[in-house]
Amino acid sequence: MTELQGYLLLSALLFTIGLAGAITRRNAILALIGIELMLNAANLNFIAFWRFGPNPEALTGLMFVIFSIAIAAAEAAVGLALIIAIYRHYKSVNLDEMNNLKG
Amino acid sequence: MNWIVQYLWLIPALPLVAAGIIAVSKQPHRKLAASLAIGSMGLGFVLSLMAFLATLGHHGEHGQFREVYNFNWLQFGGQWLQLGWVLDPLTAVMLMMVTFVGSLIFIFSIGYMAHDQNFTRFFCFLSLFAAGMLGVVIANSLLLLFISWELVGLTSYLLIGFWYHKPSAAAAAKKAFITTRIGDMGLLLGMVWLYAQSGTLLFYDGGKGCLENDALVRMVAQTAATGMAVTTAIGLLIFLGAVGKSGQLPLHVWLPDAMEGPTPVSALIHAATMVAAGVFLVARVFPLMEVTLDSLAGNADGLPSTALQVVTWVGALTAFFAATIAVAQNDIKRILAYSTVSQLGYMMMGLGVGGVAIGMFHLITHAFFKALLFLGSASVIHGCHEHQDIRFMGGLKKFMPVTFLTYAIGMLALAGFPLFFSGFWSKDEILHAAHGWSVSHWPFYLGCAGALLTAFYMTRQVALVFFGSYRGGHSHSSHRSGSDLKSADTSAHSKEPHESPAVMTVPLIVLAACAVLLGFLGTPWWPAFQGYLGQHHGSAGGVVPLMVGSTLIVFAGLGLGWWLYAKRQRKTADEPDVLEVVRPDIFALLRNKYFFDEAYEKTVIALHAWFARACDFLDRWVWGGAVMLVSAITVGLSWLYRATDEFVVNLGFDAGCKGIRQGGDGLSKLHTGRVQNYLRVIGVALVVLILFLVWGRKA
Repeated sequence: MTELQGYLLLSALLFTIGLAGAITRRNAILALIGIELMLNAANLNFIAFWRFGPNPEALTGLMFVIFSIAIAAAEAAVGLALIIAIYRHYKSVNLDEMNNLKG
Repeated sequence: MNWIVQYLWLIPALPLVAAGIIAVSKQPHRKLAASLAIGSMGLGFVLSLMAFLATLGHHGEHGQFREVYNFNWLQFGGQWLQLGWVLDPLTAVMLMMVTFVGSLIFIFSIGYMAHDQNFTRFFCFLSLFAAGMLGVVIANSLLLLFISWELVGLTSYLLIGFWYHKPSAAAAAKKAFITTRIGDMGLLLGMVWLYAQSGTLLFYDGGKGCLENDALVRMVAQTAATGMAVTTAIGLLIFLGAVGKSGQLPLHVWLPDAMEGPTPVSALIHAATMVAAGVFLVARVFPLMEVTLDSLAGNADGLPSTALQVVTWVGALTAFFAATIAVAQNDIKRILAYSTVSQLGYMMMGLGVGGVAIGMFHLITHAFFKALLFLGSASVIHGCHEHQDIRFMGGLKKFMPVTFLTYAIGMLALAGFPLFFSGFWSKDEILHAAHGWSVSHWPFYLGCAGALLTAFYMTRQVALVFFGSYRGGHSHSSHRSGSDLKSADTSAHSKEPHESPAVMTVPLIVLAACAVLLGFLGTPWWPAFQGYLGQHHGSAGGVVPLMVGSTLIVFAGLGLGWWLYAKRQRKTADEPDVLEVVRPDIFALLRNKYFFDEAYEKTVIALHAWFARACDFLDRWVWGGAVMLVSAITVGLSWLYRATDEFVVNLGFDAGCKGIRQGGDGLSKLHTGRVQNYLRVIGVALVVLILFLVWGRKA
């Protein structure tokens, strides 16, 4: 097993855990945390493919990930704001109760 | 233009307004109704008098006063239909007669109809009638005349059927209306033809009217289908209207039946005025009737026109035949009715043989004495507790002296008693003219025979009613079984006949005075009336022998009647008539009016009924069947459409809708609104994608 495979395996594991959390958790904040985990798994993949890729001198992978983290931070802020708004409206953050989007 | 000509329309308009007001006022307002009606007539009489005075002094270009007032009525296409009224001696004389006699009869009606609960309705109809009659008189347009003419016919119908709860009155009203309608058809056709030929219906229009020279010259030159002049054909058609209205042979059958109406109505409408409207119509269109090619050429010796010959013959035959029928009647009003028919025949004959003045003179004198006789008979009927059969009267002379005296004057005037009574002078004029008629002497003979019969039946009537002893008392009680409503309250009164109140006798006296005095306006030695109507009287030669002759005829009739009926008074009411004993067959023929009604029943009415049945059959089975078939087909088709719609179209559509809805339902289940569900799907899809990629690579 090469080093890359180890990273990939870790990131897959991380992604799966994030996905499971996002899907199964009823609490909106925990679901958001799951989503952040999946995002970080993707970031880990970027770093791993850059580090063990054919061209590790150029700092493209690193730059990509920094952008990604910045965007994830912004997105998390938006997500948290949404959750607070939902909480103010429904007095709850249970995702099962938020089913008003259906037609 | 004289102001009275302009306002001549007021004369018919006043009674019309009165009728309108009475029509909307309530039933208990008797005083209002009577005073309105009489007031409008009285005012009309005053206006007529003014109109008459206006015609007296002035003379028009043809030696006769005539002023017209025409106006546009309605437009069709590029033409205006014009109406208008005319004031000439003919109009003035008729206006005076109608308003004067009408006023008296209105006053009389107050007494006669006092106990009738439909008093106001009666006066409403009377006023309406007066309006129509005066409209006929003043009309300067055949159309206006026709409109008023029909109005008069309508009110005649309404008044004959005034007691419509009596089936006989209702039937008589219908008979009168339908029979006169037959004549009016001819009048209408004549009017249309006249309009087609002359382009105007105005009588006088400053040279352009249809009775003036230009139009007559144009029309007389053309010939109709059978070779007679168009004027003759039109004249005959118009005469047909006059035949219907004036009860001439063969359309006279309605007039005796019209006596079912209240007696003042009989006096006003069916003796004095309306039936004279036919005579007046012929007098009005006289220029049209008389014109021939000869007369236009100035050849005065030519034969009279065909139209006038027909008028003469119809009049003479009517005068004679109606007089024979009157001999055998027992109803006091029916005798007078047939006498009216007969006298109208005289008028027609007078028009035919002698011209406007002679016919109109008899019309005016007859209006007065016949109104007098009818009102007298009304007084008799009123006094005898609504009994009309002269066999149940008798000896009324001592019970009702005023009625007797006035009735006697009327009877002598009608019979033509010499020198002192108007009927003598007017009838003599007619006989004199008939004697000089160039076509045939038969009208003269028929007229003489009619005069004899007239004197005879009037004597019979007066003898039976006023002389002898009263036969009504005991027979009245024997007739009590009848369901007559009035018998109950009349028997409560005295059985004796009684004289009528002053409101009824005063008009009688006034009319009697007129019946005497009017005659002196038209004697052969001082023909004021004829001169006024613009007819230059022919030679008075041969008048005296003729007068003596007619006097002898009248005396013969009077004597015969006196000898047969007054000398040998019948003892009881059921005794057969003297003539019936002598010749039962002829008497039965006369009593049944020559079976005219029965003959019409068998021929015209039977044909009509058959035709109606045929039409009914056609309508019910042929046209009705076709309609029913079409409707059945339509109904069947619509059932089919409904079934298709409901069971094919609707069901298919419903099924489609259901499928779509179920699909939608199923799909909407997927759409839960839960974010994590969607995420789950995405996750599963991701796994599937990865598996696909992994295995796809391997394969």
